Amino acid sequence: MDAKELIARRVAREIRPGMLVNLGIGLPSMVANYVPATLGVFFQAENGVIGLGARPPEGMQDPHLTDAGGGFVSAVPGAASIDSAMSFGLIRGGHLDMTVLGGLQVNQAGQLANWKVPGKMVPGMGGAMDLVTGAARVVVAMQHEVKGQSKIVRACGLPLTSLRRVDLVVTDLAVIAPTEAGLELRERAPGVSVADILAATEAELIVPADVPEMVLAP
Amino acid sequence: MKGALKAAAAAEMIPDGASLMIGGFMAVGTPERIIDAIVERGVRDLTVIANDTAMPGHGIGKLITAGLVRRVVASHIGLNPETQAKMIAGEIACELVPQGTLIERIRAGGMGLGGVLTPTGLGTEVEEGKQIVEVEGKRFLVETPLKADFALIGAWQADYVGNLAYLLTAHNFNPIIALAGATVIAEPEAIVPVGVIPPDLVKTPGVLVDHLIVRES
Repeated sequence: MDAKELIARRVAREIRPGMLVNLGIGLPSMVANYVPATLGVFFQAENGVIGLGARPPEGMQDPHLTDAGGGFVSAVPGAASIDSAMSFGLIRGGHLDMTVLGGLQVNQAGQLANWKVPGKMVPGMGGAMDLVTGAARVVVAMQHEVKGQSKIVRACGLPLTSLRRVDLVVTDLAVIAPTEAGLELRERAPGVSVADILAATEAELIVPADVPEMVLAP
Repeated sequence: MKGALKAAAAAEMIPDGASLMIGGFMAVGTPERIIDAIVERGVRDLTVIANDTAMPGHGIGKLITAGLVRRVVASHIGLNPETQAKMIAGEIACELVPQGTLIERIRAGGMGLGGVLTPTGLGTEVEEGKQIVEVEGKRFLVETPLKADFALIGAWQADYVGNLAYLLTAHNFNPIIALAGATVIAEPEAIVPVGVIPPDLVKTPGVLVDHLIVRES
């Protein structure tokens, strides 16, 4: 299992029956693969559908039905199409139960930077600032390190997405819960030790006596 | 009954320097025939207010490629490398706005509101230069309303009085910009007799729509 699949399988276990969930593009969108249809979860795509479904069979694509990345999707029974004001009303008004987003950095206070690398990547924030500020629960799904550099840092060198403290960070090494007291190490990936995690983390972690191994969704 | 225009005639109405709100999300729900006509006529120095600038060859991306746009107000330009290159070169001024704030600013403009109070953007680069107010113990950014000279709408069906219906994720910004454009031009995929669109399925009432674009064979 590669790092992205591991992260997606762990994040999938955060999703409860009946939730309305928004998955960011890239790695977060993989989470849907590990959420059973029997949970009755609705996935929102912020461009205007509640009840996002799988990619349609070849030749069955509808040019009026895409996800927020512009890819063709289908819709599940019970789906609703909405305009952008309603879509962001759901997000900003606290009606979205959970968002799963990719991250560039998370700081000691549990704040996320994920929309801009000054001078290199200035794509615009899209819906990221609204999602992090407004969703009831914010889960960050990202690799622990990039090119040997920790993405969990004392202070973000990159521009923040929101002042809001995120609720959970899931990486290929660990599950970390930002709390008022600091970044609490909650779980470790299979085969990874607490020492490995500390060595790969620039920020300070609060390490409890027992750090169980992650349980992954099947 | 609305007058039905050819796309070229609609483009004739748009002067150099005009501000355009354009519906669509990555070109889904974007009125492509009006955009083609604007490119054909070569209207210059446009301000475009839209969710994104799509990608080269699609929707708003055609206006960017043709060098007709001087200013963009959008939430995301990441999938159009030409917009980013022109922004870096100083040819296009880009104001990047969180997507929820952008649609609410347009809604405020269209609904006669003085602006939007939102926590989105507090403590980030978006906050720079903006007023912050406290209401019931919470801090909010003051975001100003947006209006435009024209709203260009992509719809599924229009009837003869201009009532509009949309499909699936092709709604996006379209029903909201219909309120915020001084002149509203809608490009439906089909124009149908009055009564074909049931009143309950009308998302944009025809009273907001000034012109319909006919389909030319």
